[in-house]
Amino acid sequence: MKATKTYGLSEERFESLIGTLLRTGVILAAAVVLAGGALYLAKYWRVKPDYRMFRGEPADLRSVSGIFQDTVGWHARGVIQFGLLLLIATPIARVAFCVAAFASERDWLYVTTTLIVLAILIYSVSSA
Amino acid sequence: MGNTFEFTLLIAAGSFLAGLLGSLTGLGGGVVIVPLLTLAFGVDIRYAIGASLVSVIATSSGAAAAYLKEGFSNIRVGMFLEVATTIGALSGAFLTTRIPTAAIAIIFGVVLLYSAWMSAKPEAEVPLEEKPDRLASFLKMDGSYPTPDGVRAYHVRGVPAGFGLMYVAGLLSGLLGIGSGAIKVLAMDRAMRIPFKVSATTSNFMIGVTAAASAGIYLHRGYLDPGLAMPVMLGVLLGALVGARILPTAKVRTLRLVFGVAIAAVAIEMIFKGIRGHL
Repeated sequence: MKATKTYGLSEERFESLIGTLLRTGVILAAAVVLAGGALYLAKYWRVKPDYRMFRGEPADLRSVSGIFQDTVGWHARGVIQFGLLLLIATPIARVAFCVAAFASERDWLYVTTTLIVLAILIYSVSSA
Repeated sequence: MGNTFEFTLLIAAGSFLAGLLGSLTGLGGGVVIVPLLTLAFGVDIRYAIGASLVSVIATSSGAAAAYLKEGFSNIRVGMFLEVATTIGALSGAFLTTRIPTAAIAIIFGVVLLYSAWMSAKPEAEVPLEEKPDRLASFLKMDGSYPTPDGVRAYHVRGVPAGFGLMYVAGLLSGLLGIGSGAIKVLAMDRAMRIPFKVSATTSNFMIGVTAAASAGIYLHRGYLDPGLAMPVMLGVLLGALVGARILPTAKVRTLRLVFGVAIAAVAIEMIFKGIRGHL
């Protein structure tokens, strides 16, 4: 956090924690997407791709619960989608982390601001 | 077009180049991905936007992890403006489902032209604001950043104008699947008088959060295709990582100019195809 002292967490410690969080999130997401991609290519490599016509994804690839089910069943497209979900969750986790950091500084103005951002993000991901 | 294997490899290679050029020129990979997928691979613009958004989140989060250590970004400014960009991103994502794809292509072309112009012209040093601003002080936005001559303090001003511009940046990000870095930097540099180093890193911090806000909507609308997003995300991420590695030794001025001209040509093609209804 800028200029102000955090209770318990120093500025450097806080920033290195956020850095670790972001790096872990991106690496994890990329690894899952890569694994799903390998499954996907093994299964569909011969198929002719067609993205000219927009059809939209099937229902199971559109909702968080559907993606979980597909991932557990090792469906290639579902596993990739799960990796993408992890990627979308990374900046959201960062915002959640900032709520805690501002709260530990007792900066209620910014706790509120950050909660508004977090609410918008959660609405976006959970609205189906 | 061949089979899925060849298609995936070609998309991954193109995305790698987009990520590399995007990070070397500071434009970001997103502005290149949508034209690449639509013009070169004939992908429907809605799938292209979904895949591009995902790559924007990956590069922004990856780069932010590296920037944090240097103490440039202003988290309070970033978080406050995120309220505007995330609301804008939601509006943009909803708008995408309602306006014709030809209109999206034309808007994309215009934004691309603007980004090219912003990246090709030399950076003008904006003078620092001397006096504190009441609203910015209330929001505790003033900060300091490290320079070669020691730590330098700065005052922030123009919060309402910056907030308004950020809504537009979020709207375009959600509508077009780009990071809108050029508009974010404009809002912070010009309207709020935040020093360039601070605005650039703070903008990067915001891009991932903004893109996540619209990506959720795209996922639920079925615009996020795993088979397409997979090579795009991995390619752009790898390209951006390599770009960040070689950036300190690269001669970026010529590259920026060449890239700017190329982007402008692509932008004009998108506008024409949009007008003729070919996208």
